[in-house]
Amino acid sequence: MNIDSINNGIVIDHIKAGMAMKIYDFLELGALDCPVAIIKNAASPKLGKKDIIKIDSVLNVDLNALGYIDPTITINIIKDGVRVKKYHPELPEKITNIIRCKNPRCITSIEQELPHVFNLIDREKDEYRCMYCESKASL
Amino acid sequence: MRHITSITDLSTAEIDELIATAQDIIEQPQKYAEACSRKKLATLFYEPSTRTRLSFEAAMIELGGHVLGFSEAASSSAAKGESVADTVRTVCCYADIIAMRHPKEGAPTVASLHATVPVINAGDGGHNHPTQTLTDLLTIKMEKGRLSNLTVGLCGDLKFGRTVHSLITAMCRYPGVRFVLVSPEELKVPSYVKIPLKRDNVRYDQTTDLCSVLPELDILYMTRVQRERFFNEDDYIRLKDSYILTPEKLEYAKADLSILHPLPRVNEISVAIDQDPRACYFRQALYGKFIRMALILKLLEVTV
Repeated sequence: MNIDSINNGIVIDHIKAGMAMKIYDFLELGALDCPVAIIKNAASPKLGKKDIIKIDSVLNVDLNALGYIDPTITINIIKDGVRVKKYHPELPEKITNIIRCKNPRCITSIEQELPHVFNLIDREKDEYRCMYCESKASL
Repeated sequence: MRHITSITDLSTAEIDELIATAQDIIEQPQKYAEACSRKKLATLFYEPSTRTRLSFEAAMIELGGHVLGFSEAASSSAAKGESVADTVRTVCCYADIIAMRHPKEGAPTVASLHATVPVINAGDGGHNHPTQTLTDLLTIKMEKGRLSNLTVGLCGDLKFGRTVHSLITAMCRYPGVRFVLVSPEELKVPSYVKIPLKRDNVRYDQTTDLCSVLPELDILYMTRVQRERFFNEDDYIRLKDSYILTPEKLEYAKADLSILHPLPRVNEISVAIDQDPRACYFRQALYGKFIRMALILKLLEVTV
């Protein structure tokens, strides 16, 4: 399988096998008109199997938020065909409109225009809670 | 400007200061009679309440202030679909402080994000009710003279009872407090509520048998065991009478026990106990007014 190298863009590597589409949806990659490649179940010495996403475009989003979706991922920034930066996303203190509060008693359940904001409560446990009702976040 | 949406918004020193102010108000009410003259409290109650709304309103009136607001969502623009944020922005044009009750969890937090005056959470669904916790703490202080070195029994629905969770969170800050958690297996305190107890090495015991622990208690905080909390009707019928406080059960208790209840009561405390000097729950309702007076003064930054 040949997938062209990208010139200016992002390679999201070491995605847990099966999680690529979640990240694809979160980044709304379906709306882009640049080349986007999803590689599923690639062999990985570290994970056994992994997914990879290659995006041939510079995205203007906070990629650290991906750390909540999958903390194992590696983000590679490519410029002029060369990797210029490689990092693991840091869990952000606050994530907005990435996940929705599922508590039916939360004020967000009746006020549609409210942003769904979750605060990082425990970095070790990867635990976020709704800023309104304090319910635990779940994908 | 401060908002109070949870008891954890207040430090232990601030809670002690509020209790001291409330005690001073009880001793010298005339000193505070004009403290909030020309100030207005808006009570935004999106669901019915007796004690909380009336005690807030009585508190402001006794401070020389005025009260406006609504007592049900149907009599506000919420009935037309207005958001909490828009209602609060509007009310801030007319009032100096807001007390809000809402059936949805986190609504007072939304209000606090848009308000230009202090917002007090007067109960948001099953989530937080900080002025009830302050009321409970003042009651214990008034009845026992201290908040430390007490054995506190909490009885009934400890799983869903928000007042119980907040009281545990607040009281575990004081030294020498031991909790005795009395509930059916189905309604035990959730594990997250016990995290501060374990972290701070606070002693607590769990039991299903009220009578066996009653002689040890300095405080008994009763809550209602609600039928709708049980999956199985048989379990409810089997357990419901175990957690009804009667004069017979009270024979096992200390002579200086203090019985608290956030009210409303249904049948979990026999009316025969109401005349017993150990029954504090109606005095507790009275103390609720004084602690709210203290909180209004603090948030309006009024010094007397």
